[in-house]
Formats: sequence, C-alpha cells, structure tokens
Amino acid sequence: MITPTAPAVPTAAKPKLAVYKFSSCDGCQLQLLNLEDQLLDLVGAVEIAYFLEARRRELPPPYDIGLVEGSVSTPEEEERIQHVRRDCKYLVTIGACATSGGIQALRNWANIDEFVGHVYAQPEHVSTLETATPIAAHVFVDFELRGCPVNQLQVAELLSALLVGRKPNIPTHSLCIECKRRGLPCVLVSDNQPCLGPITQAGCGALCPAVGRACYGCFGPMEQPNMASLGSWFTSRLGYSPRKMKQMLRLFNGYLEPFKQASDHYERLDARK
Amino acid sequence: MSGLTRESKSQRRSIHVKALARVEGEGALNLTMRGREVEELELKIYEPPRFFEAFLRGRDFREVPDITARICGICPVAYQMGSCYALEKAMGVFDQIDPAIQTLRNVLYCGEWIESHLLHMFLLHLPDFLGFESAISMAADHGALVKRSLRVKKAGNDLLMLVAGRAVHPVGVCVGGFYRAPDAAAATRLARELRTCLDEMCELTLFLAEKIEYPALERDYEFVALCPDNEYPMNLGRIRSNKGLNVDQEEFGRAIEERQVSHSTSMHAFVRDRGPYLVGPLARLNLNADKLLPRAAELVPKVCQAVGKSLPWRNNFLSLLARSLETVHALELAADTLSKYVPPVRSRVPIVPRAGIGGHGTEAPRGLCWHEYRCDADGTIVSARIIPPTTQNYATIEADLRELAPQIVDVPDEDATLRCEHLIRNYDPCISCSVHFLKLSRSQVG
Repeated sequence: MITPTAPAVPTAAKPKLAVYKFSSCDGCQLQLLNLEDQLLDLVGAVEIAYFLEARRRELPPPYDIGLVEGSVSTPEEEERIQHVRRDCKYLVTIGACATSGGIQALRNWANIDEFVGHVYAQPEHVSTLETATPIAAHVFVDFELRGCPVNQLQVAELLSALLVGRKPNIPTHSLCIECKRRGLPCVLVSDNQPCLGPITQAGCGALCPAVGRACYGCFGPMEQPNMASLGSWFTSRLGYSPRKMKQMLRLFNGYLEPFKQASDHYERLDARK
Repeated sequence: MSGLTRESKSQRRSIHVKALARVEGEGALNLTMRGREVEELELKIYEPPRFFEAFLRGRDFREVPDITARICGICPVAYQMGSCYALEKAMGVFDQIDPAIQTLRNVLYCGEWIESHLLHMFLLHLPDFLGFESAISMAADHGALVKRSLRVKKAGNDLLMLVAGRAVHPVGVCVGGFYRAPDAAAATRLARELRTCLDEMCELTLFLAEKIEYPALERDYEFVALCPDNEYPMNLGRIRSNKGLNVDQEEFGRAIEERQVSHSTSMHAFVRDRGPYLVGPLARLNLNADKLLPRAAELVPKVCQAVGKSLPWRNNFLSLLARSLETVHALELAADTLSKYVPPVRSRVPIVPRAGIGGHGTEAPRGLCWHEYRCDADGTIVSARIIPPTTQNYATIEADLRELAPQIVDVPDEDATLRCEHLIRNYDPCISCSVHFLKLSRSQVG
C-alpha cells in the first residue's frame, strides 16, 4: 500500500507527518501502530516528525500532514488546536472523538459541575470545558476519517492518497452496502435487531452484523441518512420508546449532525410524555 | 552538562521535569532537593477528564462493555471483561457462565496481553534500554528484532479479531458471553501462527534476559494481583498480596482507598491503613510464577540466572522480562486452546435484568482493573466505579522516583530526564503518551 521499498528521494525531501492527541482513548493512534505489515514501509515513506506515542524526537514545524485524534475538552486543548492548525499544511482528523466529540461529548447534554463533582472529591482541581467538541468546531479541517476506532486500512489509504496527491477513496455510503457485499443476513429485517447500519457510514467492514449483532453506529452518520424512516421503523415495528431512541443515537457520535438533531427530537418526545 | 554542581551540594534546589506543552496525559515532575535529600516530589498527570462514571448512569447495562472499552484503546478487553463480570454478578448469572465461555474470554485476554505487551516492550520500553529515542531509530540497527516483534504483536491483534471481531474496541463481547463464537477453521489456522510466534517469543525472551542490562533499583513493594488456585491470573481469582491482603473480588473496593491529589486528574490508591502498592506484570509473576504454562515455566530459571536474581523480583525495571514471560504464557495458552477448539453449544448466557450490585477486577496488561456497578430493576446503571491500574500504581511510581532522585543529582540534564522517563515507563502507564513525555528543566532556588 505504502511505497514498498525505501524511497529514492533523500530523507530531507520526505513529507513530514505529525500525529496529535486530544481528549481520547488513544485507540486511533494505535491503529497506525497496528499497521504491523506496513509500519516500516510507512516510516520509509514519510518523516515521522512529531508522534509522541511512537517517538521521543521532535522535528520543528511546519508539517505536511497532521493527524489529529481526540476532541477538544479542556481550555488548554482549545488553545493548542489553533497552534496545530498553524503548524500543518493538511489537517486530517481521525476517529469519532476528533470528528464528532466522541463518547465524552455526552457531557454536552449534562451539567458539567455535577459531572466533575460526581467523579472528583475536590472539583476545584479539575480544569475542563463544559463541552467536548469535534476539531472542526474549532479550526478548518481538510479531511475526516470516521470510526471508533478508525479502520487501519482507511488510515493507510488516506496516507497513500496524500503522498501521491490524490483524493482518498473513502466511501460515504451506508454500512448496508458493505454488509450486503459480505453477503451477511440483515440483522434488522431477518432478526428484528435495532441496527443503525442504514444510517451509518461504511468503513468498518460490517463487523457487528458479522457477529450477529446490530450496528451501533461507531462510524457516525452516512451522507444524507434518512433518520426519520429508520426511527419510525424502530418505534412502530420494534416498539422502541423515544427515550431508548435517544440513548441509541447518543453514543460515540451523538454530537454529530444529524444524529444530534434526531436525538434532541426524541428527547423532546420523551419529555412530552 | 549538569544543572547542579558539587559546590552547591548543601543548597536547596529544584529539579523541574516539565511536560511538553502539547502532550496528552501531560506528565510533569516537580522535585525539590536539599543536597541529596528529597524535599518534595510530585508526578503530575493531566489526562483530560472524560467522566465515564458520570455518564454511565442511566445507560442500559448491555451498553456498558461497549462504553467502558473506550476508556483505553490499548486495553479495551480489560475494561470489557471487568464490566461483564461485575454486571453478571449484579444480574445474578456470574455462576452460570459456561466453562467454554470462560475459556474464550481467557483466549481473548491473551490477544490483548500479546498486542499490548509487545507494543510496550519493543516499541516503547526497549528503546530506553538500548539507548534509542524510538523504535523507529532502533529499527535502523535492530531491524530484524523489530520485525520479529511486530509479527508477534500482529498475532495478538489477529487473536482479538478472531475472538471478538476487532482489535481496538472489540465488537463481539457482551454481558453474558459473546455475540458469536469464533469459527473453528479460522481458529485452527491462527493456532499454527501462534505456535510459530511462541517459538519466536521464547528466543526473544532469552535475548532480553541475556543481552540487556537492567538498572538496579530494589524496593520493598506490596505486590497485588489476582491469585486463582489453578491458573495464571487473568479473569478470575481472589485478590492477594505478599503482605497479607487477601480479599474476595467484591470486597476489594473497601480494602483500598482512593485519594485525590491536587496535582493530578488521576486518583492515588492505597491499601487501607497501609500504603502504596504495585499492580501489573511484576506483581502477577511474583505471586503466580508456579502457575505459568510449561514453555514460560522452563524459561524462568534461565531468565533468573541471566539477570542474577531469583523470584520474587523487587526491581520494576525487570517488568520488561515479566511481560516477556507472560507473553510466552499467553501464546501457549492461546495456541493450545485454539488447536483443540470446538465452537461451544451457546456463546452467551441469557440474562433477565434485575436490581443488584456487582464488583469484579481482571488483570489488564498493566495490572488489576476493578469495576463496580449498581443497577436498578430494568437493568439501568445507577452508579459505576472504576479503578484502573495506573491509578493504583501512581503513588508507587512517585515512591520509585523518590528513590531514584538522589542517583540523578550529578547526572547531566538529558540523562537525568531519560532515567526518570525510563523508570516511569516500567509501569507501562496508561496515560497513552507516557511514551517520551517528559522534558527536563532545572532551576536553582536558594
């Protein structure tokens, strides 16, 4: 996938790659290191200029490609992302936290003081923002890779595309297409499971239907999802309450439109009851 | 270039190991010394708080393993297993989990130990011992070594994918068991690769024992780990220590206390009425070495001879070797299990929600990871408590640094920083950027 042997260009001419972490679990950065078969080739093709999880040495900015994992959830991160944007020619966000705010964005619907007080005995020592937000809410982002975590083959595709100067081939259609291609039986139609596949972006390889469970939407909304149609299927045919609908949508990509809007809609329905 | 000179020996001075400004899990070390005496020492960790215990309230119990996995991308299985067992206790089905499901859970955990241990040992920790800034630089001189380690690491990830569908945040795990049991033909294929990796790992272990020098820093630790009667610890067993702690899983939350300290978003944990303790590979090995499978067991005397220390090891720099032996054990366990594998009759036990409370800890690659949940009658989470391994090791890391501090007074800045970092990395701390996260600056006060 990446240039198979050491590139002919001298080291100095190699594009510089930077990898950053904000509020997150580290899983998306780890997907880079999980490219075991391509890792040494990758190191041959790019200069890893800044990647704290992998190396101690730091080269000074500017960098050609910046990969950002995690959401913005502290005052320090709010400031740091501005510097990161300035330091990188192409800024690509990787994973649900960076593209949607991630699981920690559940705080966005809650009272942050109550959250801090619940977890810490001395809340005054904890510095945090009221919200956890995607990177694109703060700076211009050149490209986004979805997933909780990102698919490592998509990471490799992204880097290959950037290295040769073409658009990354990342599908934005629904998971159903991927699921059908694998010839998996539909867990929604044939097993009445609440599968979010029809509104979720492809990319994982239909992992959940492959183990017989419903997709829980960890790649976030597909392009133009029909939220209302799937919602009415769940409420009328599966008997789901508005509260349960809200919970399903508010998970790893709950703060990303149109999941957010739909979950807010179900919250209002729930409150009306 | 030493920041301190001989003539200033009796003066008060501060060694400030400052975090890189743009690092997650920002670690900083503040050390004030008078001569060779440590006056004050603080290891600071500023991992942004993500409030899992707060937002788990109100979620359905079935969602919990998927949510807690997201605490850590490197050891999601540990969080999933802790959640599953604790919730199975809360739902009253803990005793009904089939032996076949227990076996599969152990195999899944083997996958996590293998990938996480290999990542830490060869990509993060070994460069410290061999004097490289990263495995990337190390690969230039030790290319074959890095390639071999990547092969074993990949086998760990393949194992996670086989048993639970995905290496980072597996999708196949549920409260009660697995959504679907793995395919028998795929299991047999992977067993062959695991067998090859087992031979590789035995050789790598001997290489690490014979060719690497381990800094001396012995301390009288309290080692805490699961201690099952008949197997090396992973998922089950009472929680014991070498200093008399011996509690049932459910009691653990009361046996230790957590204190918040002003300089950190991570709590400090102590054995109640006693003090700091150590969890992780060194603790597991010291308390359970007699339960290692044959391939790892036969390596133990050779490794001990090579480093000139018999078990128990009281030097956490040797955790590298403990991880290596555990990886051999995990590879053998997984290879044996998969080569005899037949899919179980059922992959999960059915659960009817009820009100209840359950606590359980399992052995994450970095050490005991303990969970407790209270649910109401329809299975909604009322409260959650999670004690991750790094919280438990935190006070011990500080105590280690206190011990190391006098040794680095006369050492040049860059070297002193490296030695502090190296020591911290002994713990494989789950602040992801524990890799290379300290920058040393020294200033003289007084």
